[in-house]
Amino acid sequence: MKVLLSWLQEFAPFPSDDPVALGDVMSDLGMAVESIERIGEELDGIVTAKVLELRKHPDADKIQLVDVDLGDGEALQICCGATNLTVGDVVPLATLGTTMPDGMEIARRKMRGEWSNGMLCSGRELALGEDHSGIYILDPSLALGTPIVEALGITPDVLFDLEINPNRPDAMSVAGVARDLAARLGLPFAIPEPTVVELPGDAGSIATVDIVDPDLCGMFHLRVIEGITVEPSPRWIADRLTALGMRPINNVVDASNYVMLELGQPNHTYDLAKVPGGALRVRWAREGETITTLDGIERTLTSGRDGVITDSTDTAIGIAGVMGGASTEISDTTTTVLLECAWWQPMAIARSSKFMGLRSEASARFERGVDPAIADLAARRLSELLTPSGAQLIQGSVTVDGDLPVTPAVRVRTSRVNQLLGTDISTEQIVALLTPIGFRCEPAGDLDVLSVTVPTFRPDTTNETDVIEEIARHFGYSRIVGRAPTSAHTGSLTPLQRDRRIIRQILVGLGVHEAMPLPFLAPGDLARSGLPPEAVTVTNPLAAEESILRTSLRPGLLRAIAYNESHRIDSASLFEIGKAFGVPASGASLPDEREHLAIALAGADAFAVARIWAVLSETLGLTSITIDQSAPPAGLHPGRSGVLVSGGVPLGEIGEIDPGVLDALGIRERVAWLQLDLGASLASPHGEHRYHHISRYPSSDLDLAFEVNDSVTAATIGAAIREAAGPLLVDLSLFDVFRGHPVPDGSRSLAYRLRLQATDRTLTEEDLGGVQRSVVDALAARGAPLRGE
Amino acid sequence: MIEDIKRIGAEAPARIAAATSVEELRAVEADLLGKKGELTALKKGMGGLDPEGRKVAGAALNDAREVLESALASRRSELEAVERAAKVAAERLDLTELLELPERGSLHLVTQTWDRLVDVFIGMGFTVAEGPEVETDWYNFEALNIPAAHPARGMWDTLYVDLGDPETVLLRTHTSPVQIRVMTDGEPPIYAVMPGRVYRRDTADASHMPVFHQIEGLVVDRNISFADLAGTLEAFTSAYFGGSIHSRLRPSYFPFTEPSAEYDINCVFCEGKGCRTCGQTGWLELGGCGMVHPTVLTNVGLDPEEWSGFAFGFGLDRLALMRHGVDDIREMYTGDVRFLEQFPS
Repeated sequence: MKVLLSWLQEFAPFPSDDPVALGDVMSDLGMAVESIERIGEELDGIVTAKVLELRKHPDADKIQLVDVDLGDGEALQICCGATNLTVGDVVPLATLGTTMPDGMEIARRKMRGEWSNGMLCSGRELALGEDHSGIYILDPSLALGTPIVEALGITPDVLFDLEINPNRPDAMSVAGVARDLAARLGLPFAIPEPTVVELPGDAGSIATVDIVDPDLCGMFHLRVIEGITVEPSPRWIADRLTALGMRPINNVVDASNYVMLELGQPNHTYDLAKVPGGALRVRWAREGETITTLDGIERTLTSGRDGVITDSTDTAIGIAGVMGGASTEISDTTTTVLLECAWWQPMAIARSSKFMGLRSEASARFERGVDPAIADLAARRLSELLTPSGAQLIQGSVTVDGDLPVTPAVRVRTSRVNQLLGTDISTEQIVALLTPIGFRCEPAGDLDVLSVTVPTFRPDTTNETDVIEEIARHFGYSRIVGRAPTSAHTGSLTPLQRDRRIIRQILVGLGVHEAMPLPFLAPGDLARSGLPPEAVTVTNPLAAEESILRTSLRPGLLRAIAYNESHRIDSASLFEIGKAFGVPASGASLPDEREHLAIALAGADAFAVARIWAVLSETLGLTSITIDQSAPPAGLHPGRSGVLVSGGVPLGEIGEIDPGVLDALGIRERVAWLQLDLGASLASPHGEHRYHHISRYPSSDLDLAFEVNDSVTAATIGAAIREAAGPLLVDLSLFDVFRGHPVPDGSRSLAYRLRLQATDRTLTEEDLGGVQRSVVDALAARGAPLRGE
Repeated sequence: MIEDIKRIGAEAPARIAAATSVEELRAVEADLLGKKGELTALKKGMGGLDPEGRKVAGAALNDAREVLESALASRRSELEAVERAAKVAAERLDLTELLELPERGSLHLVTQTWDRLVDVFIGMGFTVAEGPEVETDWYNFEALNIPAAHPARGMWDTLYVDLGDPETVLLRTHTSPVQIRVMTDGEPPIYAVMPGRVYRRDTADASHMPVFHQIEGLVVDRNISFADLAGTLEAFTSAYFGGSIHSRLRPSYFPFTEPSAEYDINCVFCEGKGCRTCGQTGWLELGGCGMVHPTVLTNVGLDPEEWSGFAFGFGLDRLALMRHGVDDIREMYTGDVRFLEQFPS
């Protein structure tokens, strides 16, 4: 919502000297000032000049050379692209050194070899409207060299652009802003009583309205204005509309818009001659009903959504609260205007304008809630504005009520106000804060309780808390003294949140960067990554690339790997902790949303990620999770991958991305890969890390190498060694893997170092021999003979 | 014999001093004191002396031995020091001749900011709650006092998913549904912050992403007031941004709070003096806040006469960008290592 200072001053005596301070007050009241524009000031340096001569530019077709006179009789050469000039025209010239409203600085410069000593301006360049078709031609009788502000009779003014919250329908009007501001500043506020020329008669005998559907229309007020000559508006009206962002059209339409901006009552003017019998009806639209609106577009309506105003033949002549129809539009021949000031059901207008994709200044106001009590004043104000064009308001009016909301008085407890705000405001103060903004306060028996009648222009305020907000707003949020929090409460991370931090820190320490790809995928992304295509889809994506919710972190991280490769960053190491969204289990309304950890190491083999996994699982105490390579996961390298499994439950995957998938994604390097369901993995108890007594007795090492068939995993052998060695084994490490002669094909040698130690004695040769025998026997039984035997 | 001892004692210092290495000194020592050394030979020759002479000669021999041993030890430590110095000098390394650097990873800027914020709130006694990113209309809108067709729904451009009836399941547009879950699942008093990923139907540009992050706070307890809200945000502001940065609240509108406010802080770039970033206002808009709306409390089964509370929320990505001077939010989400590695911690 834009407001002019001069317009605000018609309702209360606001000072002109400090617009910034005034803007601060508006912001503090919740009408946030987005910009302050000083009208007139920005045209400094632009003066009137007369066209002396027009010449062809020797070197450019689209530029002509214009000699102008600034009043000193000297010819000044300007290069100009416009073609609407004739010799003798008086035009605006931006002189050298001028800063234009759009910020451009005018300097002397050469255009295709010819000097230009300034710029002739269009209406748009002067910020006087949208016209950019040619230079703005001025009154030829103007003295030359006159500042343009003076020449145009522009009164210096201040334009505030305000951001109005949805709960402030009252502030969608100049008068409403003025009321709020005057209340805070303690200035008297009044809406001037319009002076109209009344014509004896009875509007009720000329026009009628029938509200067929009272749930659509709460109130319909009709007036008839006669004797109008349709012509351009007076300059001051056109200027104000332009400043507030509306295009002047003719005096009737402009007066209609002016009243809407000033008082917040959207209204509609019909050419009475085009409304048979002056009879209107209001009803919900029928399915498929059509109407051509004022913008010339034929629109098809939907029943139960859109409302219409029809004529006596039941033909729609307007869309309720959104836009009028073309058939009854004001034209040059209009003399009698039928004026509608209505109150429409806010939800109905919101729905109608949203689904029709037609938002107008009127619908924006109706959907927030217009003051149902202002119709009469608005109608007389409109008539007043048209008085210079001959308007005469026929006495009497037609007002028909539909369903209007009833707002009962609100009980407001002073104790509750102070409890909720943390203040010490007295009942008298509350009355003093509420009364100037139109809230009527009466004692309600108890000293602590007020009965507050909410004004009709504040439909958003219906309960005690709403009123408390108004009290806080006018008391001033900045005057509510903050109470420092007392720390009687303890805060902490949950175990999962702590584990996440540990995982991230470990991975960063191991050289992996954390990435956050978007969780959206394009159709085909899952299949390209070797994953099943079933996924939850987005109903209304802005782009196909954002139409699918990922079921795995794989496509996103692989895309990031490809992105890095394509920018000559090889061997990118990335990880992510993020949600993936499985298709809901049957009966569930929400996706199977799970948090995963994923690691992608470009240029690294499966061992690299397995080593990282070993560090992670040891640190977190997730040693129950093992790698099962019997059925490699889809999309991973068949010989170098496995499922991460715990107690038979699959929790993730580890290994390398299938070379076929890499080819499909254009990735050149190998990619080691891990994905783990974090929630499921970290849900059960882990990471207890109980203390093991450190023995004071010496330890002994036993190095044993076994010949192991390729079908048996090292993990199996390790587990067998641990089991056979018993409690004397304190550490086991695989220190060599060897394939080739003399180890037969299909097998390899695995060499382990066993560190043995007792807690209560020094081990003897017999102890060591005993362990060796049981380990060797156990492994031999599993077909893994000790090497060199 | 005494003469011999004196002679050896007189010659020895020069011989010891002449040794230029521990190795040479060991030879000198052997010559003087070893099994076949000169003093040992004299000792063996003592058998031919009378008892008195043996006593005198023995004492002289012992004295000489002690003097020599001391001289040898002192020379040895000198020579060892020289040899160690030479060895150390030969081992000199240029510590900037680094051939293979260990790989260094990095935490994502969003994670870094998330952790910093969470740590401040934990210090203020808040717990940290999370919730699903795909939500029902109830949690994201209805329970928060935003019924269907409410004009305020236009404040969020919502992405829906194809589950259930049309427009009933959606990608959460804010972290506020977690408030509802925290209040539904637990009992007051509640002091919780809720960081998380949120979604909007928005085209990516330098300052917008369809996916971004927020952090939200919720307090529900007895006698919680707007003054507590203002005090908590002020305490957070100085703890997170530094003591010279203060907060202010301006009236605003959100369906789930009343009274509602915009939460501004002094511009962290100009400290309130006015600069380009803050549009010369000296203030930065950080987020929204307010007293939990009575309807929201009722929706989760809490009596607004007994319990009151406040909530606040703001964007996390912008804080991350501001701290490091990143001018395009999209950079954070490409996974470009050249970007990620710039922010090791």
